[in-house]
Amino acid sequence: MNVAFFFEVLIGGLLAGVMYSLVAIGFVLIYKASGVFNFAQGAMVFFAALTFVSLVERGVNFWIALVITLAVMVVLGMAIEKVVLRPLVNQPPITLFMATIGLTFVLEGLSQLVWGSQPHALELGIPDVPMEWLVQSTGIVISQTDLFAAGIAGVLVASLALFFQYTRIGRALRAVADDHQAALAVGIPLKNIWAIVWAVAGFVALVAGLMWGARNGVQFALTFIALKALPVLILGGFESIPGAIIGGLIIGASEKLAEVYFGPMVGGGIESWFAYVIALLFLLVRPQGLFGEKIIDRV
Amino acid sequence: MLYREAGQFKSTYAEDQQIFPIRQDRIAVAVLLAVAFVVVPLFANQYWLSAILIPFLIFSLAALGLNILTGYAGQLSLGTSAFMAVGAFMAYNFVLRMPWLGIIPSFVLAGLCAAAVGIVFGLPSLRIKGFYLAVATLACQFFVLWALQRIGWFMNYSPSGVIAAQKIVILGYAFDSPASKYMITVTIVAVMALLAKNLVRSETGRAFMAVRDMDVAASVIGIPMMKTKLLAFAISSFYCGVAGALYVFCYLGTVEPEAFTLDLSFRILFMIIIGGVGSILGSFLGAAFITLLPIFLSVASGAFSHATGMEPSHALLSNLELIIFGGLIIFFLIVEPHGLARLWQIAKEKLRLWPFPH
Amino acid sequence: MTRAVQIGEAILSVESVSLAFGGVKALQEVSFDVREHEIRAIIGPNGAGKSSMLNVINGVYHPQQGKIRLRANGAWREFRDMDPHEAAAMGIARTFQNIALFKGMTVLDNVLTGRNLKMRCSFLEQAIWIGRARREEHEHRRAVEEIIDFLEIQHIRKTLVGKLPYGLQKRVELARALAAEPTLLLLDEPMSGMNLEEKQDMCRFVLDVNDHYGTTIVLIEHDMSVVMDISDRVVVLDYGRKIADGTPDEVRANQAVIDAYLGVAH
Repeated sequence: MNVAFFFEVLIGGLLAGVMYSLVAIGFVLIYKASGVFNFAQGAMVFFAALTFVSLVERGVNFWIALVITLAVMVVLGMAIEKVVLRPLVNQPPITLFMATIGLTFVLEGLSQLVWGSQPHALELGIPDVPMEWLVQSTGIVISQTDLFAAGIAGVLVASLALFFQYTRIGRALRAVADDHQAALAVGIPLKNIWAIVWAVAGFVALVAGLMWGARNGVQFALTFIALKALPVLILGGFESIPGAIIGGLIIGASEKLAEVYFGPMVGGGIESWFAYVIALLFLLVRPQGLFGEKIIDRV
Repeated sequence: MLYREAGQFKSTYAEDQQIFPIRQDRIAVAVLLAVAFVVVPLFANQYWLSAILIPFLIFSLAALGLNILTGYAGQLSLGTSAFMAVGAFMAYNFVLRMPWLGIIPSFVLAGLCAAAVGIVFGLPSLRIKGFYLAVATLACQFFVLWALQRIGWFMNYSPSGVIAAQKIVILGYAFDSPASKYMITVTIVAVMALLAKNLVRSETGRAFMAVRDMDVAASVIGIPMMKTKLLAFAISSFYCGVAGALYVFCYLGTVEPEAFTLDLSFRILFMIIIGGVGSILGSFLGAAFITLLPIFLSVASGAFSHATGMEPSHALLSNLELIIFGGLIIFFLIVEPHGLARLWQIAKEKLRLWPFPH
Repeated sequence: MTRAVQIGEAILSVESVSLAFGGVKALQEVSFDVREHEIRAIIGPNGAGKSSMLNVINGVYHPQQGKIRLRANGAWREFRDMDPHEAAAMGIARTFQNIALFKGMTVLDNVLTGRNLKMRCSFLEQAIWIGRARREEHEHRRAVEEIIDFLEIQHIRKTLVGKLPYGLQKRVELARALAAEPTLLLLDEPMSGMNLEEKQDMCRFVLDVNDHYGTTIVLIEHDMSVVMDISDRVVVLDYGRKIADGTPDEVRANQAVIDAYLGVAH
């Protein structure tokens, strides 16, 4: 067996996993703060990427476009919180989940209505070519874009961790995640917190959208990334950002390895379901994920 | 004044438990059935039959199946179209390889195959709930589609990746025309709807609803968790499987595994959300709504272009459709989580009083 | 208090049951028995382990030590690892402190679910709805209507349980437990959250159930006057241990109980 090839596949898988994690982090943020499982995260990623790319294509400067898109995502997040989530505040989680499915459709339609449905290429200034010195020394082919994305993800996670741990708002977010009533009782303004959370999630969606767009181009298929984030969340638990990273790494790596080494035996295409089956098996053994909290049913 | 129950007393439990206890309802349903079984096939044109009524009935059946699982038993499933796919491809294979069975038994067997798949993918429900279960059903969705694509036997090794449904021949009579396909569909759907209605009003239905409402309490009073949940998956998948078989035999004619997308599963979920979860009538109302909406949109856009001279593009219409679907889901969840069925009930309540204000 | 039904021999025996959750000891070597047809109260301060005790009896929790012995159909059966489902099959029914009704169903349907263990027809027969399935459903409906009459909830039988006031919901829960025709009925604070009138009604119903059906009842209750009035014997728990066991009068005079729970009139 070619060791270099194995490492190439492994690292490629890990990096792909990081990309999944970027999307999963958005889920975790919203779930932590409001208990809502935001199925529309993928659509938000798509919307962000599409908005950015369309602005750039119309001649807007890269950085200005970034700021504008960020503003749009923040406004979008706050609008979602106000129009969709607030009216449904006391409904069972399943209702909120289904509302976010509806939201997904709305965002998908809206994105394409406003910006059109052709695929776009996204240039970030980092070419999607292998790292030359790595190829020369070890024969392993790894894309620069992927490495850059991993770096960005690391920075993102670190800053989010700092934000939650050390700022007042971060503390408030954690309080809200734990117990809405108690948070209200100590004077934390729930609605503002939720608006902030959705804005941050919008920002994360933008980052994820840029990374994915650079890698695969901005096209409708981007919305399906959200679906891949689900097994990541199951492995990592819905409430843990480190869990989202580790879950993403595991899913990305195992998916790639399975495709390359087992795929040929059964005709290929395993990637479409392998992650879900892993998640399924995991659920049977440990329903709360690696980092989640045990669910206790009280009567 | 018309819709009054005055004078209609129930003196036995049998009378009290009728599906339509109010006489006016029974008359209305009888008229509806007469229209459905007699008037429509005789007078409806081909477009209405093939493009509207048949798909409406087929999706009603699939929505019924999903409603049994998600609406009544509370197990969220995103794998509906995968079960339809199993039903479709197994029906094709039964008719192909065992033609002496006959169409209807083939459909039943196809449904049973779908039920078996449903039981397998329902096993996780014994340990996981809510949207974790939804993710598990996604595993089913993707795996089943992959299997149908890769395992050539299902499509009889067709090189194009498409299967063509055989002609429906029952007792020597060929069901070729849209009207005859409509008759088969409406009969099957009507019978299965009746069976479903009986089921949900019986002990099984109560067990389903108990599991949905509070499964810990249900098990404490003696309701068996595993049997109840797996039965819900089995029956639901059976219905979806038969719907899938009808989908390919009476509507599409030819189909490939790729037609049974996750998007279709979502659509059926939308049908039960808009129509009303936990309601047999709701499945039909939701299916009608979702089937008619694209048609309504294209009629509206036709009128719009007529009036203004501007031609809305196809892309615009399909994106508009997405936005409206999603928006309606959110609207219904906020305003009337029990969907059109509850609105219908409220309307009937108002009708009882009409023309008096209270 | 004159009884319509004579109290018989022991029907349930709790023997040295110990239950712990991680480091927290909920019950420590608790032993007592319950005699047939009697009304047995379990009292004690909050956190004493009363609900845990009921949960052990009907199999929701499995004790680490000790066992439960139940006399069903004349024979003694011993168990520690019973499922709540098995407990129900053996004739143990219960109500819950926080109402565990099925909010999406009507009162009638909720009470009918209590009879699920007696229903024999398969789902196919129910779907086709002829003959045996119909007869069975009507038979059970008749039985349930008797209970509905008994507990005076006829006027709300078609109402969705979620819409009922708390006191009526508790009554419906009792009806559901009775629908199973249990030999042993466990009531977890059946009168909590009720005003005086509702409590008196519930007391009357509990006594009537014991009189009319002869059901053995174990109940957890905080209201002392209720306990003294209706129970035959009382078990007192404190911090998971049994500190007294006897008739209401004996328990009321017991110094340990006064110190731990009852206090003295000032």
